[in-house]
Amino acid sequence: MTIQELEHKAAEARKLIIETVIAAGVGHAGGSLSSAEVMTALYFDVMKMDPANPHWADRDRFVLSKGHSSAGLYSHLHMKGLMSREQLLTFRQNGSMLSGHPDMRKVPFVEMSTGSLGQGMAAGIGMAIAGKLDRKDYRVFVMIGDGESQEGAIWEGALCAPRYKLDNLTVILDRNRIQIDGFTEDIMPLEPIADKWRAFGWEVRDIDGHSMAEVVSTLRSVPFASGKPSFVIARTVKGKGVSFMEDNYVWHGGAPKGDLAEQAMREVTAALAKD
Amino acid sequence: MARRSLRHAFAETLVELAAEYPNLVVLEADLQDSTQSIQFSKVYPDRYLQMGVSEQNMMGVAAGLALSGKIPVTHTFACFASMRACEHVRTSIAYTRANVKIFVSHAGVSAGSAGTSHHATEDLAIMRAIANMSIVAPGDATEMKQAARAAIAHIGPVYIRCGAGDAEDVYTDRDVFRFGEATRLREGTDATIISTGYLMYEAVCAADLLAKEGTRVRVLQMATVKPLDREAVLAAASETGRIVTVEEHNIIGGLGSAVSEVVAQAGIGRVKIMGINDHFCAVGTGAYLLAQEGLTPEGIAAEVRTLLHVPAATRG
Repeated sequence: MTIQELEHKAAEARKLIIETVIAAGVGHAGGSLSSAEVMTALYFDVMKMDPANPHWADRDRFVLSKGHSSAGLYSHLHMKGLMSREQLLTFRQNGSMLSGHPDMRKVPFVEMSTGSLGQGMAAGIGMAIAGKLDRKDYRVFVMIGDGESQEGAIWEGALCAPRYKLDNLTVILDRNRIQIDGFTEDIMPLEPIADKWRAFGWEVRDIDGHSMAEVVSTLRSVPFASGKPSFVIARTVKGKGVSFMEDNYVWHGGAPKGDLAEQAMREVTAALAKD
Repeated sequence: MARRSLRHAFAETLVELAAEYPNLVVLEADLQDSTQSIQFSKVYPDRYLQMGVSEQNMMGVAAGLALSGKIPVTHTFACFASMRACEHVRTSIAYTRANVKIFVSHAGVSAGSAGTSHHATEDLAIMRAIANMSIVAPGDATEMKQAARAAIAHIGPVYIRCGAGDAEDVYTDRDVFRFGEATRLREGTDATIISTGYLMYEAVCAADLLAKEGTRVRVLQMATVKPLDREAVLAAASETGRIVTVEEHNIIGGLGSAVSEVVAQAGIGRVKIMGINDHFCAVGTGAYLLAQEGLTPEGIAAEVRTLLHVPAATRG
């Protein structure tokens, strides 16, 4: 796929995310919208996977450690043809397989059940260690949130991955600067975030997470250094693509209703038409 | 009779099983001598993953390994596995049904004078309340070796619990551990003592003391605390009427609670729960602390005698 085609896919994902959370009346649109380019790049360009065989042993793995961005994950699984539109729109409904935070035992191609922040990355490390032990060449991609980076367990994992020289592991930080209660730098500052991960022994790249060209070229080039885990800081805007959600912590969670729902749909639909 | 270390028994069994299970790997959180995982590290250094003092990360990494086809066996103290890393065990391991074996040593008050920070008198309650989790707490080296094999063969998460010290041999050649089944160590119909973990020995000794007085007490060792052998409990309740449970754990939430849940819902029998009486313990050796709670052959026998003088449960 060309960069332009991938950009179109990301715009399609944004529309699906908004449709999904509006249909559910609940959900976390902001972090799904901010991470759309990265997820699109992973699912449509970077990762090797076999849609006919979710359990193919040599597939690349994606762990959404920030499990609340499930609407984005499910939308991408739908775009890959792995769940129907009808299934996608059962998001968070009674009896659905799609909980607000993903359950790997219910949804094919979800590699890890996540939602409790600070847990998914460790599982990704375990998958990467297993790959090394078995001399397999699959890669593991983990997306963490910036609010999530306040969990102590993240830093236990930050110590662990370099110790095992996991150059088959890439952790992507969706750096949208916003958590539930406000801006991360007001709530519990993370900067200088790149320095911290470098100091822990990771090879770090700091990129514009909405530039598809930059996202794709960065993720295609992992590992950045042999024998070291890769860390990508994807600088993003929370709620990207919906004007009233952008950079507004009130829209970490919650679904737009009424006029705002209509406006959100108009904006993501217009963006898709423009591409 | 000899006293043997269950930590060593488990470690030796893991080394034996490693050849049989090429996907078995061991994780350790900086306690390799205390847990005896050092034995595995010497024979299989390439399958030994030192995780440092990071129990939460260790549980998550174990989940990822299991979801990639490994059988990871984590090692740390009971207090850290069940409490420090509790939510990781619950969400990353139990919820995903990851095939992780959580081996813990120094359970109960067996860390002794190290103090309450290193005791685990809550872990059975915590693990029991987690869906998909199985729990085994063997009582002597023979039972541990058999339970270790069964736990590795079992598909799904298992919490394998033992203490710090040595345990008296109780199992004879006739006794066999079966996953999910009580082991009947003494026959009797006057009352039943149900034990788990190392107190299996005290339970048997109490029954032998009572036998000298002409009281015939059944002894069931319930090494598998979850899934509980309900049939054995119901048979004990209906055939002997009175049950004393014995565990190195708070009287809330552990074996006694599990047995009581079965007995109360069936509406038959009386239960006396013996354990740590819902407080943090004094300073002392494990044996001293257990004696403070009456968890001795004499103390257990006394509770059986008391229970025998209480009328059997009746309707209304």
